[in-house]
Amino acid sequence: MKKDTIAAIATAMSSAGIGIVRMSGDESIEIIQKIFRGKKEKNFIEEKTYTIHYGYIADGEEMIDEVLVMLMKAPHSYTGEDTVEIDCHGGIYVMKKIMETVIKYGARPAEPGEFTKRAFLNGKIDLSQAEAVIDIIDSKNEYALKSSVSQLKGSVQKKIKEVREEILYHTAFIETALDDPEHISVDGYGEKLKEIVDKLLEDIDRLLISADNGRIIKEGIKTVIVGKPNAGKSSLLNVLVGEERAIVTDIEGTTRDVLEENIQLQGISLNVMDTAGIRETKDVVERIGVDKAKTQANEADLIIYVADASRPLDENDEEIIKMIQDKKAIILLNKSDLEMVVTETELQKKLDKPIIVISAKEEQGIKELEETLKEMFFHGDISFNDEVYITNIRHKTALQDASESLKKVVISIENGMPEDFYTIDLLDAYESLGSITGETIGEDLVNEIFSKFCMGK
Amino acid sequence: MKYSANSVWENKDKYDVVVIGAGHAGCEAGLAAARLGLKTIMFTVSINSVALMPCNPNIGGTSKGHLVREIDALGGEMGKVIDKTFIQSKMLNKSKGPAVHSLRAQADKAQYSKTMRCVLENQENLELKQAEVTDILVEDGKVSGVQTYSGAIYHCKAVVLCTGTYLKSRCIYGEISNETGPDGLQAANYLTDCLKNLGIEMYRFKTGTPARIDKNSIDFSKMEEQFGDEKVVPFSFTTNPKDVQIEQASCWLTYTNEKTHNIIRENLDRSPLFSGMIEGTGPRYCPSIEDKVVKFADKDRHQVFIEPEGLDTNEMYIGGMSSSLPEDVQYEMYRSVPGLENARIMRNAYAIEYDCIDARQLYPTLEFKKIEGLYSGGQFNGSSGYEEAAAQGLIAGINAALKLLGKEQIVIDRSEGYIGVLIDDLVTKESHEPYRMMTSRAEYRLLLRQDNADQRLTEIGYKVGLISDDRYEHLKLKEEQIVQEVERIKHTNVGANPKVQELLEKYGSTPLNSGITLAELIRRPELNYEALAPIDEKRKVLSDEVIEQVNIYIKYEGYITRQMKQVEQFKKLETKRIPDDINYDDVKSLRIEAVQKLKKYRPISIGQASRISGVSPADISVLLVYMEQWRR
Repeated sequence: MKKDTIAAIATAMSSAGIGIVRMSGDESIEIIQKIFRGKKEKNFIEEKTYTIHYGYIADGEEMIDEVLVMLMKAPHSYTGEDTVEIDCHGGIYVMKKIMETVIKYGARPAEPGEFTKRAFLNGKIDLSQAEAVIDIIDSKNEYALKSSVSQLKGSVQKKIKEVREEILYHTAFIETALDDPEHISVDGYGEKLKEIVDKLLEDIDRLLISADNGRIIKEGIKTVIVGKPNAGKSSLLNVLVGEERAIVTDIEGTTRDVLEENIQLQGISLNVMDTAGIRETKDVVERIGVDKAKTQANEADLIIYVADASRPLDENDEEIIKMIQDKKAIILLNKSDLEMVVTETELQKKLDKPIIVISAKEEQGIKELEETLKEMFFHGDISFNDEVYITNIRHKTALQDASESLKKVVISIENGMPEDFYTIDLLDAYESLGSITGETIGEDLVNEIFSKFCMGK
Repeated sequence: MKYSANSVWENKDKYDVVVIGAGHAGCEAGLAAARLGLKTIMFTVSINSVALMPCNPNIGGTSKGHLVREIDALGGEMGKVIDKTFIQSKMLNKSKGPAVHSLRAQADKAQYSKTMRCVLENQENLELKQAEVTDILVEDGKVSGVQTYSGAIYHCKAVVLCTGTYLKSRCIYGEISNETGPDGLQAANYLTDCLKNLGIEMYRFKTGTPARIDKNSIDFSKMEEQFGDEKVVPFSFTTNPKDVQIEQASCWLTYTNEKTHNIIRENLDRSPLFSGMIEGTGPRYCPSIEDKVVKFADKDRHQVFIEPEGLDTNEMYIGGMSSSLPEDVQYEMYRSVPGLENARIMRNAYAIEYDCIDARQLYPTLEFKKIEGLYSGGQFNGSSGYEEAAAQGLIAGINAALKLLGKEQIVIDRSEGYIGVLIDDLVTKESHEPYRMMTSRAEYRLLLRQDNADQRLTEIGYKVGLISDDRYEHLKLKEEQIVQEVERIKHTNVGANPKVQELLEKYGSTPLNSGITLAELIRRPELNYEALAPIDEKRKVLSDEVIEQVNIYIKYEGYITRQMKQVEQFKKLETKRIPDDINYDDVKSLRIEAVQKLKKYRPISIGQASRISGVSPADISVLLVYMEQWRR
């Protein structure tokens, strides 16, 4: 059921020096107690409010990060509830890992604007701020809904729907038998159900494994920047990230490996990979880089092709154009600050993709790029590629919850509990999975009972 | 033609509450209002049809049994009457968990009706009157009285509508259509128009009943006999279990076959359901035999239960074969069933259509949002079943009375009882068919057991004034004993001594390695409280009802605690009341669909709002923030 302690990463999702994961709600202190490892044993229930504690966050045996934990007890916190802030080392991986750990121990990811909403409902912020709260909830919900559902790949949706349907069917069968025991018998159904649930658990575990191996730590649209050497790919990345991340020189082949950054444009999360320029090369290291670039481009959700406007298109460009013909792509005609020898029309003839003229050096055309990205995203033109991947932390949490519930079903069966106990956890699992696909239970069960099974009287 | 102008007269007797209808809802409503000290009059089209059971001869059944226990726990009558008039009783689902144990009794229909009528006639403050009410009188948006077919006006302060299936009812089989109520009784043909004029939206629903067959024409040797339970459990918490250990009647089980199904298939075009003659929506859970044959074509047989309608009659109810096929097809169809080859049909099967309301026009108190003092309960609200009707009638009657007494009305919520689930569903969710109670509709099923209805609701009944001091004190004592015994069991350790091991071995239970509490042993599936008596020397003598509760609580504690936590969450939203004068147009950021739904159905709490289809979680967040703003 609904957990009431919420958690969120409070700082920007970038590689800053320090990151903060914040929890609020009745169980936050209990949770930190379970995952904090200090020099000495600490009892956070007895610790005073507004105290800072140095130590480590751990999930069982696994140490995650060295942290400072700040304790704010109700009502002396922003939300008015027990609040725990974990100051950790910045970096997307560490923050996500800590976030996942607090969730594992009982928190749930916060809804957009939920900390502020709680602060308001608990009387911690005043009336003038209330309007703003509504705006946050309103705008973010629309975005979150759209992005959450559209981020789900068709194949994942399909898998989850199949699992849900199976759960519903068996729940409905048991319920029908309970409601009409004289017509339908459910005796001995446990064994059969256990086999089915075991299979469903495998399905869910497979989705979860994909989340761990896959991109849970790099949530976002996989975007690959390609272009021939020295077309300005790294400069573009630097403009987008806003810091000198890639080494930019005038020497062709400077970027030999694939650089990766998570950036937020218009609220859309992108994992941008800068790649080695694609060209025929004999340099072994560079050769590997080029191959990697090609593989990355192949797996990308979106390709940003940076073309050099100051030099005529050559065979390297031709190869790229051929490679991305069938992919989602945006063409950036870079170096508009120099004399342009390649025109938009010339490129458009070869490749039917949106074209934007930019100057990475002068930071011109970046706004247009953002707008184009946003449009493509909301039209559903870009999303994740076709592999079964769980990429969203909310989805992962829901899958874990579903898995927990199904395990409880197995335990109930093994412990010889009566059949009516199975459906309690089956329905919980059904509900958790529904939160991924945006579907609620509603009258599903009753409808399933009537449509699939013949009731008596 | 209704009354003429010169036959109009005013009855000078002043009434507080008028109840229209004396079916299962009307009886509970009338009794509750009268028992709370209000001058009450009940109208019925026929005094002979008080508490009539025009369909199946049972009270209770899965989840319905829960409702009867809850009605009883609140101080209603149904449980007491069935305890006096049942002829067979069974606890259904006994091999399942305690949450789905459900009592079901075969009633002697005539005795049931007579016994209830006797209770009504002897109830102080209650009058029973045979007359058809044609109009509800309303002044300034408030109920002021009713008028009957003859033109008589009865002034009152509150009206409870319990018209069941009588409004503009029509009984149909084959090409035959009679403008009558159930069992050929007089229909009520005028009230609908009055309600429509008052701005109330009406639906048309349909239900059906099987034929009744002469017992002497049935060959029972071709059927399986179905017995009642050896030890009968009464419905009412006030009935002494000893009084219900009676000699019981049997029911019989037989099956339809391919021949039956072929007869039905060949004559489908003559069924009013398929020809379009019936326009009302029928219930999916109680399909006619033609529905079953069409929808579940792969099933080669369906069960048929032959149930006595009473001890003084030869009529047998043919459960599982309700129908609206033409008379000649009915004969052919029933006679194709083993044991019914020579069946003489005493009453034909028929479908019935009737007017009812979209219950979303009601508050959870069962008062109309549009008209003050007007309440309704039962099949009129779009439900089906005697027990569902009685439960609503009881709540409507209690609330009409509490309103007139100037007291706070009661709402049973979804975590307190099946009655709460029933009413909340009716007044919140859209429904396209008569609503039947089901255990799967209750989210907190483990807490809403038939065995603990008294612990859940008798306190409320006591505060309302329907439960005696004695009964309340008895409950308090029982609760105290349960708590003490649970504590003792949880803290009593037993060691791995030979006596203990021997007992465990006897029950096929794993022997102990070290000490363990009695509670932990009780949690083992193969053991229970009573089994441990030999190794629990300090045990006091406790009543069966206390022992049952202790056993259930200990055995399922983990699950129970979990549901209790869920209830806590649920209650948070349920107790957030939405102000009556809220203007949803002023709430910035609500989606248009949400505004429309909220304006139309005016939920009383945030919890109820969240269950309206078309209101999203984001809308609820916005509403919460707005309400807080408004409050400050």
